[in-house]
Amino acid sequence: MTLSLPAAPLPPDSNPWAAAAMIAAVVLTSTTGEVLTAAAMKSIGDLDVIRAHSGLKGAIRAVLTRPLFFAGVSFLALAFFSLLFALNHLNLSLVGPASASLTLVANAFAGKIFLKEDVDRRRWASAVLVCIGVYLLAH
Amino acid sequence: MSQHSLTPRQYAILGLVAVSAPLGDACLSQGMKQLPAISLAHPGSLIGAVFTPWIAMGIALLIGFFASYLTALSWADLTFVLPATAFGYVVIALLSRFWLNESISLERWAGILFITLGVGFVAQGPSLTQHPAPEKEAVRKPEDESE
Repeated sequence: MTLSLPAAPLPPDSNPWAAAAMIAAVVLTSTTGEVLTAAAMKSIGDLDVIRAHSGLKGAIRAVLTRPLFFAGVSFLALAFFSLLFALNHLNLSLVGPASASLTLVANAFAGKIFLKEDVDRRRWASAVLVCIGVYLLAH
Repeated sequence: MSQHSLTPRQYAILGLVAVSAPLGDACLSQGMKQLPAISLAHPGSLIGAVFTPWIAMGIALLIGFFASYLTALSWADLTFVLPATAFGYVVIALLSRFWLNESISLERWAGILFITLGVGFVAQGPSLTQHPAPEKEAVRKPEDESE
């Protein structure tokens, strides 16, 4: 007699390295996407001002003519698919909180290094607090 | 000292960012649960799903989320906007407690407290990093805000 079970998700501890690699892929692609998108929006300038000047169409055109914006969105799409891939192998209760909270901290580093944002003690503290909070809430 | 504080309109956009994403996800989830299971053999039924009220509302909310998120990024730092958006998790937890009457464990209340503290922390600081123009600092006029 053959058992035809649906492909059950692997227990997360079956191969910790594979699980870590999948979560790292989600964190890296989404951080890259966020940073590129943020850089694109910064290079455009205040969208509210642009919309006041040239209307909603003008604002949409300003966004859609930035190659950097499409690079960002491509990485965000990649992040979405790597999340789906990770969810196919791991439990949501691991992937969800781990990727959400690690992405927050990775973004604080990336914002400081690549966007030259002033990540002061206040922002570090906030990134860490939110990171712990997301983990507790989603776990 | 320019603290670069936000206007009420900008706070409203940040609020929209925080609320529209979890609400949109909840609408999608609600809509997909009402549909019969969709098999990969009939991907066409996914197209039909787009036109059901819950899914359509979820998609509209998520488009609104992305538009307001991009707007927020155009005048505030990424490290300012992201913690603020995490407040959406708190919104959804409170909605599920008081609207759907789900129970929230002590662990989750602790999570809500941490996120709220973190968002309160970052919201008190400046929203945008000012990169001062090197030499022009002394002769800068108040309205000369470009770069």
